[in-house]
Amino acid sequence: MATMTLVQAIHDALALEMERDSRVVLLGEDIGKNGGVFRVTEGLWARFGSDRVIDTPLAEAGIVGMAIGMALNGLRPVAEIQFVDFIYPAFDQIVSELAKFRYRSAGQFTAPVVIRTPSGGGIKGGHYHSQSPEAYFIHTAGLKVVMPSTPADGKGLLAAAMRGPDPVIFLEPKALYRTAKGEVPEGDYAVPLGKARVVRTGEDVSLITYGATVHVAEEAAATAGQEGIDVEVIDLRTLWPLDIEAVVRSVERTGRAVVLHEAPRTCGFGAELSALIQEKAFLHLKAPVARVTGFDTPFPYSLEKLYLPDALRVLGAIRATVNF
Amino acid sequence: MELPLLVALREDGSVDPDLDPKFDGGTLLFLHRRMIFLRALDEKALNLQRAGRIGFYIGATGQEAAEVGSGFALKEGDWVFPSYRDQGAALLHGYPLSALVGQLYGNSSDATKGRQMPNHWCDRAARVVSVSSPVATQLPQAVGAAYAGKLRGEKSAVIAYFGDGGSSTGEFHVGLNFAGVFRTPNVFFCSNNQYAISLPFAKQTAVGSIAVKAAAYGFPGVRVDGNDILAVVRVTRDALERARAGEGPTLVEALTYRMGAHSTSDDPTHYRSEEEVEAWRRRDPIRRFAVYLKKEGLLTDQAEAALAEEAREEVKRAVAACEAAPPVPPESLVEDVYAEMPWHLKEQQEWIREPVKE
Repeated sequence: MATMTLVQAIHDALALEMERDSRVVLLGEDIGKNGGVFRVTEGLWARFGSDRVIDTPLAEAGIVGMAIGMALNGLRPVAEIQFVDFIYPAFDQIVSELAKFRYRSAGQFTAPVVIRTPSGGGIKGGHYHSQSPEAYFIHTAGLKVVMPSTPADGKGLLAAAMRGPDPVIFLEPKALYRTAKGEVPEGDYAVPLGKARVVRTGEDVSLITYGATVHVAEEAAATAGQEGIDVEVIDLRTLWPLDIEAVVRSVERTGRAVVLHEAPRTCGFGAELSALIQEKAFLHLKAPVARVTGFDTPFPYSLEKLYLPDALRVLGAIRATVNF
Repeated sequence: MELPLLVALREDGSVDPDLDPKFDGGTLLFLHRRMIFLRALDEKALNLQRAGRIGFYIGATGQEAAEVGSGFALKEGDWVFPSYRDQGAALLHGYPLSALVGQLYGNSSDATKGRQMPNHWCDRAARVVSVSSPVATQLPQAVGAAYAGKLRGEKSAVIAYFGDGGSSTGEFHVGLNFAGVFRTPNVFFCSNNQYAISLPFAKQTAVGSIAVKAAAYGFPGVRVDGNDILAVVRVTRDALERARAGEGPTLVEALTYRMGAHSTSDDPTHYRSEEEVEAWRRRDPIRRFAVYLKKEGLLTDQAEAALAEEAREEVKRAVAACEAAPPVPPESLVEDVYAEMPWHLKEQQEWIREPVKE
């Protein structure tokens, strides 16, 4: 075990996979000599060369389109989109091309591309450096969507994504890049996709979340504990395909659920989670499923702290659910 | 900026010695046969659609020289990123006719399980990549495939097809720009058939030529008479050779004309005159080549008629074999979304098997 930040852990996964599999290539803007704007790929250009750590011209549709072609022809590309807020020029390449190759060719052509991209708020980045667009990609048949909340999962989930047969949108909570530190297994380490993690067990309410808000959830759960409310916190890790069993098992036991994310409320992933919980655990529910989310507004600059769900808002939802 | 239009087959039926690919008689007749075959395929498919036996079709009538010429120039191991009108090139590169017709039917004879509407086919073994409807999306993908081959030190080229409409897209710019920067072994083959559905070429771009745009990306652009099969083969072959030799990409613009509708859902009388179509009919690529072959003593009127009949028979046999196949099984709806079927699709597959639970 070594103590690492999330940035270091993701770097570690990239370096190890590049070492063990010569088909792995990285491509994106400023990822080569500069090591990426968040320094995730620092040193990889010098170590693996500019043919495998590729600085591309500034065009997201080109980065993703090129990655697709590389994957069709036998490489294992990992594309970096500098901020997820810049991913929309590549939206068609992602939803109608990348996600659909397997289906539209009935398995003849597959594009196992991983798209890594910093997501979420908390860095005073305003609208174009803070968004949480995971729902678009969860809604897109053919994509897997992953978001780690710890350095160990950052490494393990990315390694699994890079070895897997399907395209993966790998969302990196940028607020945690250097603030999340933790023990990370050294060497070869993969965390299977599709498995949630119980962060803490509890009996009264299931608090279901992912990414940066896992830490908000832990804080809220600790405070609720002082009030005598025993909160179970679940980190989904893989958003889609969802670990439905873990969610249902928890809610069946607690009878209450609060879902939490930074993304806007309407048609956010929380809406899907809420619907699934009431479809699959209706008779166990003692209260409506509560949602704590960002607002249905563009992501603000000055009012960022207000926009982002904090422990107090989560605590409010926990209390309301328990006292329903 | 003007680029010369390269023409091999002259009006008088002679060939420019500088552009003559110098094929033997057998090869020349093969090219002619393939063009006739494509025309027969279009005729049959249009009839099938009108009779309600297939849902849709996109023909390439009038563009046979561009299709067959460029497809013939490919070598085994080259990749093809086609648009929905490039069945001709795909067939030349090893895509079996039976698979193509099966795809038109979208039944269990379709290797792609009826997943897409007609003309959106693919064949992994032939390296003919799956077609999508949004135009020019395949251009940056073709750059990635070429990059992969180059990284492994292979000597194969990647050809990507698109039309004059596709040249207006962001993906055209992105694809060609990336190819220029990375000097990938790509050939960008633009069939400039003068129309993007209803929009004439003059309204697609203000510069009058697609090929000149290559200058902006740092590699050569070539303008070729797309109704001249000998010139098309020659120009495409040279571009592919350049790519395989590591000399980087080429943009080829083949000037041709879409004699038919954009698709079976389109009626071109809304936007162009019969006089215009008639003028291009006189430049029919098959007739033009036949004049040359007859002048060379390689083809007679009688043999020509027999070829058309043979082609119709071949298409008919493929149609008969595919039409009888059963529909795709309902359960297949949820297959191939992921490598392994996740729980939610298994659940949805159950709803297909048992829509009403007792």
